[in-house]
Amino acid sequence: MEIFVDVVLLSMLVATAVALILVRGLMASIMLTSIYGLLSASFFVTMDAVDVAFTEAAVGAGVAPLLLLMTVALVGRREERTVSRHALVPLLLVTMTGALLIVGTLDMPPFGSADAPANQHVSPRYLQHTEAEIGIPNVVTAVLASYRAYDTLGEALVIFTAGVAVILILVPGDGRGTAQATLPDPISGDRQGIVHVVSKILIPFVLLFALYVQFHGDYGPGGGFQAGVIFASAFILYGLLCGLPAVVRVIPPTVVEVLAALGVLLYAVTGVLSLLGGKNFLDYSVLASDPVTGQHIGIIVIELGVGICVASVIIRIYYAFAAHLDRQRV
Amino acid sequence: MSTALHLISDAFLLAGSFLLLTGALGFLRFPDVFSRIHACGVTETLATSLILLALIMKSESAMPQVKLLMILLFLMFSSPTAGHALAKAAWNAGVRPRDNRNERGIPVPPDNL
Repeated sequence: MEIFVDVVLLSMLVATAVALILVRGLMASIMLTSIYGLLSASFFVTMDAVDVAFTEAAVGAGVAPLLLLMTVALVGRREERTVSRHALVPLLLVTMTGALLIVGTLDMPPFGSADAPANQHVSPRYLQHTEAEIGIPNVVTAVLASYRAYDTLGEALVIFTAGVAVILILVPGDGRGTAQATLPDPISGDRQGIVHVVSKILIPFVLLFALYVQFHGDYGPGGGFQAGVIFASAFILYGLLCGLPAVVRVIPPTVVEVLAALGVLLYAVTGVLSLLGGKNFLDYSVLASDPVTGQHIGIIVIELGVGICVASVIIRIYYAFAAHLDRQRV
Repeated sequence: MSTALHLISDAFLLAGSFLLLTGALGFLRFPDVFSRIHACGVTETLATSLILLALIMKSESAMPQVKLLMILLFLMFSSPTAGHALAKAAWNAGVRPRDNRNERGIPVPPDNL
């Protein structure tokens, strides 16, 4: 039965990928990208990787297509038709790369095999010792936030850097910290519309769900990355409904920028604190008298840092795009 | 868990899947944007509700049931709203209904909806 689900999902993934190549309109490409994200998320669920699936559903199917849509709103929805007579060379290259990749997979152990290197090296140790050393049920969170906390710090820094890069590229020099809050609301005449009313009912619950995902990450799928994206999406929804000025009144861009830096700082300071306690960087056992409690505190704090960083970076990127759109419209 | 409950939930699952299939068929076969939104939106809300209700009946413990119930509530809000927003966006973008013979001369209510 599961193989049937896998076959259907993978065929749909291939079909979506082919459609993505063939389709010309940029709007349709973005919708297909979103569908691709949702399908991959479903596929990750069948592989029992629920944490990854959660991230993919939130980012790949949710926020990323939204940012792409805003880009299309900026650049126009038609792709320029490139008439290239040298299609043979790229085709040859792509075919060869694809063939090499397929040859490469032939040597890989089958999925879930017990003698796969991934299942022999550190995984058994993590699985056996998480209960005693970290004391939380979700091993993924334990690996991500404690055993491999250094890697996760790198990921948080990557997101922070991406946010900084977007600000540098999209926000004009004199406009740092302001997101053009002078324009009138784009749809102010429709305050009582169905979409408005329903969204206003739902936004608090979206925020509540983000907090649940944030602080329940030790026990179930979830954590800072997913929670940050969901939190940011609530703000983006509000911005799409009521216009940029309204959402800027809730959190000004300056605050968002400071929060993004604070999130990463919170993470790094936790590492420094464990250094000061005489242990390795990001070894949380010094944070409390009982090492397991220390691990709990450390994981919650660094997940909070990641959540704050991700949410603020995504909100800031949305501000940058939306301000650009508003300027273009004037 | 009684047999009757099992049978009812199976019937709900089948009905939900059938409705989803009709929605997909309608999406492929109907002539214009609005009837397609109608086909998907209406069937999707009822079909997902039926499937979720069946899953609630099938699950053994309370926690998954509560979570499924919350998802059901969320869908009751979000999916009709999404259909409405889609149709309204299409209307505002200047799309007008069309009949089987590809004619757009169907009488429609005035613009100031």
